[in-house]
Amino acid sequence: MNVEALEDDRHHRFVLNMGPQHPSTHGVLRVLLELEGEYAMHLLPVLGYGHRCHEKIAEHKPAKSFMPNTARMDYLGALIYNQGYAQLLEKAAGIEVPQRAEYIRVITAELNRIQSHLLWYGAYLLDLGAFTPIMFAFDDREHILDILEDVTGSRLTYCYHRVGGVSKDIDDKFVSRTRAFIERLRSRYPMYEDLVNGNIILQNRLNNIGELTPELCARYGVTGPLLRGTGVAYDIRRSEPYSVYPEFEFEIPTETKGDCMASFLVRYRELEQSLRIIEQALDKLPEGDFMAAKVPKKLKLPAGDYNSSVEAPRGELSYYLVSGGSDVPYRLKVRTPSYSNLSTVPETCSGMLLSDVVSAMGSLDLVIPEIDR
Amino acid sequence: METLHSILPELIRIIVCAIGGAVIVFGNALVMGYAERKLAGHIMLRPGPMEVGWHGILQLVIDGLKLMGKQLVVPKNADKPLFMIAPLLAFAPVFVPLLLIPFSDKLQGFDLDVGMLVILAFASINVLAILIGGWGSNNKYSLFGAFRSVAQNVAYEIPMLISLLAVVFMTNTFSLRDIAAAQSPVWFIVVQPLAFLIYIVAMVAETNRAPFDLPEAESELTAGFHTEYSGMSFSLFVLGEYANMFIVCSVATVFFLGGSSGIPLPYFEYTGALWFLLKVYALMFFLVWIRWTYPRTRFDQLMNFCWKYLIPFSLVNLLITVVVVKLI
Repeated sequence: MNVEALEDDRHHRFVLNMGPQHPSTHGVLRVLLELEGEYAMHLLPVLGYGHRCHEKIAEHKPAKSFMPNTARMDYLGALIYNQGYAQLLEKAAGIEVPQRAEYIRVITAELNRIQSHLLWYGAYLLDLGAFTPIMFAFDDREHILDILEDVTGSRLTYCYHRVGGVSKDIDDKFVSRTRAFIERLRSRYPMYEDLVNGNIILQNRLNNIGELTPELCARYGVTGPLLRGTGVAYDIRRSEPYSVYPEFEFEIPTETKGDCMASFLVRYRELEQSLRIIEQALDKLPEGDFMAAKVPKKLKLPAGDYNSSVEAPRGELSYYLVSGGSDVPYRLKVRTPSYSNLSTVPETCSGMLLSDVVSAMGSLDLVIPEIDR
Repeated sequence: METLHSILPELIRIIVCAIGGAVIVFGNALVMGYAERKLAGHIMLRPGPMEVGWHGILQLVIDGLKLMGKQLVVPKNADKPLFMIAPLLAFAPVFVPLLLIPFSDKLQGFDLDVGMLVILAFASINVLAILIGGWGSNNKYSLFGAFRSVAQNVAYEIPMLISLLAVVFMTNTFSLRDIAAAQSPVWFIVVQPLAFLIYIVAMVAETNRAPFDLPEAESELTAGFHTEYSGMSFSLFVLGEYANMFIVCSVATVFFLGGSSGIPLPYFEYTGALWFLLKVYALMFFLVWIRWTYPRTRFDQLMNFCWKYLIPFSLVNLLITVVVVKLI
């Protein structure tokens, strides 16, 4: 079917309203599709169904007490959002974080990243019509949630990283359980590869679909596994190292084609890299305090602009804070990766089959509350 | 009086067959509904239904009662007659093929000379039901499901028929009983492996089951053609789907797996049905297994697979069969 030839003839088109309640939009995203047969000629994402004014809330309360809100933006990368915000305030107030706290932050954040990738893995395959892998992925993910629940007290929207360190120290039980989990996930790779990654139907569904180029990514500000799928090894953990990441050996997995399969494989390989980081961090875990000695109750931020970037599971997360000198920020801007990633959809997905739109949007790994924050 | 004497046995036969058909349709739906949920559960590392009865064995009974008690919602701008007829049309035609299936040498409703053609003809009414159900719902997702279903089913009926024709050429009959009986030394799966493979693929596509469940692709079309259906009108579609699964698996058993042949049991002309059902449920297990293992194909890939591979291969297979049969 020649899609270009149909472009002029608008008589046969109709608009399909996908969402805000639809199985494959994973939340309250609404996409308007102008369809020509099964081909989506134009797409229009409509946002705002879950907007909670987080950035406005930040202007109305002390900067320290905004920490729980960060977890509600990206419920799958809550600890990484915590980490970014804690780093921002530490940078602004000039607080030194103990080495042990940094290590704990890295371990928990990487566990959180694995958890997010596992959920995406299952949910993406659900989008593609495979019902079983999500249960296997959730089975693994459950272990992480249990480990993190013991130390943080919550299972999804953590508020564990605090200004100056972490709220609770980790114990031997945490270490041994984490090591057991590393073993377990590694032993599961052959199963995932047999069941899913090598499947011919999956490869036919993902190869050459939703191709991104480095140029397009630069234009829209696409980051994370999608960008690494195009061959650009851009990862904040390497390009602008923060915390104790420079002390660890890990690779930045990249692919060259930029299609759905590329980002699929990049995410899949990142599981192993995160495990490597956790393993090294557990080996090197220093003794000491888990919280800085002097963290003032009322955290006065000196007037000025502050920025902090971390690598969230979906890409680059940046906090930009403008302070007027009090403990309440004048303005907080959060740059969330999914928002930029989603904005490519109208360009990359037009002219695609409806099924491919679902697989291309699934490969963006959208978390809608992060877009509608 | 004379006519009554000649009609009465036939009448009784028809009534018995109709009751038997209903027992098979509902019994199969209960067994398969429960078995599929249990199997899916165990494939997914979860126990499946556990609450109602021992290991959830009464779950389907409760589900049936629940569905019967539900309101039949007709969407506001739906085409009401079509919307109401569609589930009936999906469900009613499954009884006719069941009458023709030779469960054993003596357990068969009717043996027609054109048995195979009747089965395929009635099995394809299902497409019409899905089409008018999807059209009548006045829902864009349903419409997409209906369109996909028509294209898919019409395309896959061709290789299905051609692969069965290869067997028909070998046996010189359309009668299912004769075809089953013709496999006394070797089953046709040995002689016609390619036809069997093609039939199995076409069978999965005909019953709209994953990985070819495009008419109801839930992540794309919410629930496809039955998005707007509720209560009993929805469950009639499900009953029809399970009955269709049973029919296509029975046809595969008759054509390729030797019908009721197996290790002889006492009263084999009746007890052969056990072997028949065993083969049918083995095939059904296969259908369930692949459904819960593979991702869904894309629509154009599905059609390409049919037109570029299945139809040419089935034609080649038919040609070879014809030549070989002619030479021998």
